[in-house]
Amino acid sequence: MDLELIITSFPKLLSATVVTLKLLSASLFFGLFLGLFFAILRLNKNILISGFAYGYSYVFRGTPLLVQIFIIYFGLGQIEYLRTTFLWVILKEPYWCAIIAFSLNTGAYTSEILRSAFETIKPGIIEAGKSLGLNKVFIFTKIQIPIAIKQSLPAYGNEIILMLKGTSLASTVTLLDITGVAKFIISTTFRPIEVFIVAGSIYLFITFLVHNIIKYLEKKYSYQ
Amino acid sequence: MDLISFGDNGWGDELFIATLMTIAVAVTAMLIGFLFALIFTPLKLSKYKILNLIANFYTTVVRGVPELLVIYLFFFGGSGAIMYVAQIFGYYDYIEINAFLTGAISIGIISGAYSTEVFRGAIQSIDKGQFEACHVLGLKKYIYFFKVIMPQMLRLAIPNLSNVWQITLKDTSLISVTGLVEIMRQSYIAAGSTRDPLFFYSFAALLYLMLTYLSMKFINKLEKNYSRGY
Repeated sequence: MDLELIITSFPKLLSATVVTLKLLSASLFFGLFLGLFFAILRLNKNILISGFAYGYSYVFRGTPLLVQIFIIYFGLGQIEYLRTTFLWVILKEPYWCAIIAFSLNTGAYTSEILRSAFETIKPGIIEAGKSLGLNKVFIFTKIQIPIAIKQSLPAYGNEIILMLKGTSLASTVTLLDITGVAKFIISTTFRPIEVFIVAGSIYLFITFLVHNIIKYLEKKYSYQ
Repeated sequence: MDLISFGDNGWGDELFIATLMTIAVAVTAMLIGFLFALIFTPLKLSKYKILNLIANFYTTVVRGVPELLVIYLFFFGGSGAIMYVAQIFGYYDYIEINAFLTGAISIGIISGAYSTEVFRGAIQSIDKGQFEACHVLGLKKYIYFFKVIMPQMLRLAIPNLSNVWQITLKDTSLISVTGLVEIMRQSYIAAGSTRDPLFFYSFAALLYLMLTYLSMKFINKLEKNYSRGY
């Protein structure tokens, strides 16, 4: 055990934590909107629309995240037309490619979580809203969404932790997040165990924080 | 379509073999995972706090740390650790463990942590009366476990195990970083040599989708078989 390496690699990995957290928060932010959008589509009565949303979540949940990143980062650059549009400014950056892939991925999982949350809302609650003469938007934003948030918090907490682990794949497209820096240190020092302990502890610490925040929110949103 | 034709000009046969490799790694990893679950589930359910602590440490750490990091640990640290053990026994040559084993073991340890949680949950949700009945009847330990608890546990565990299988199957794509030629690695090679990454990665995605779809079909059948009595 090389204690010195643990001490010297800690600040390097800590600065890489910023990259990981940026990736995580950006993809969760976009993913939440995507998830909400596709969950609403899933509940649509039109089979074509709900089928499209189902296809989206099926494809992104059925393939590895690594493939998705590679398609977006290596694959899309191949289309000549894309290179001439403004999209190329975004797509040539590995950072944005990673965020796009993560957002689409977590969006698919989030849409499933929210869909099942919406489906478990008792129809009586919505009917009560209707009979009170509330309009559709009001019922959705003031009744359905708060209940769905409460229902889906535990599952969404798991999704955040899964996404945190997913951000490690950003290191495969040259980004230096925690795993990327850890791999760099390992391959220069050949001391995997020490680096694993430090990097792993940082990840576990973030997981611990997320877990407790979700627990706190669950308590806050539970009835009394 | 030429790109995925079989033979010397296309990548069809290579990708086919790579798909088999992915299945082989995933199945091996799943079995290694069951082995770990077999060790750690009893520890989780044990009366002794210290054993609980060990099992909780295993599942928490493995499920809280990215898969890629675990793979790097075994990829870079695996042969070193084995050589260290071998040196104690007086063997000083360089030992290299192959990419298949490294991959299967690292993914297996991850899948084991998930399986442990699944089995723990399943055993805990079996009716207490079943355990008590076994004690009262004075059944031998192994009959008690294999004939009474196991069938009931499997029925409850299969839906969640199918999730673990999906996770394991998708995690195998990460082994490509160690150079094992499975779907992802083969697509990477093909994309590099034909300069057509979009096609090959999309094809890889399609292969994974096919694998997850087929395994879902299979698991649904299994699930029906195990819930006959209900």
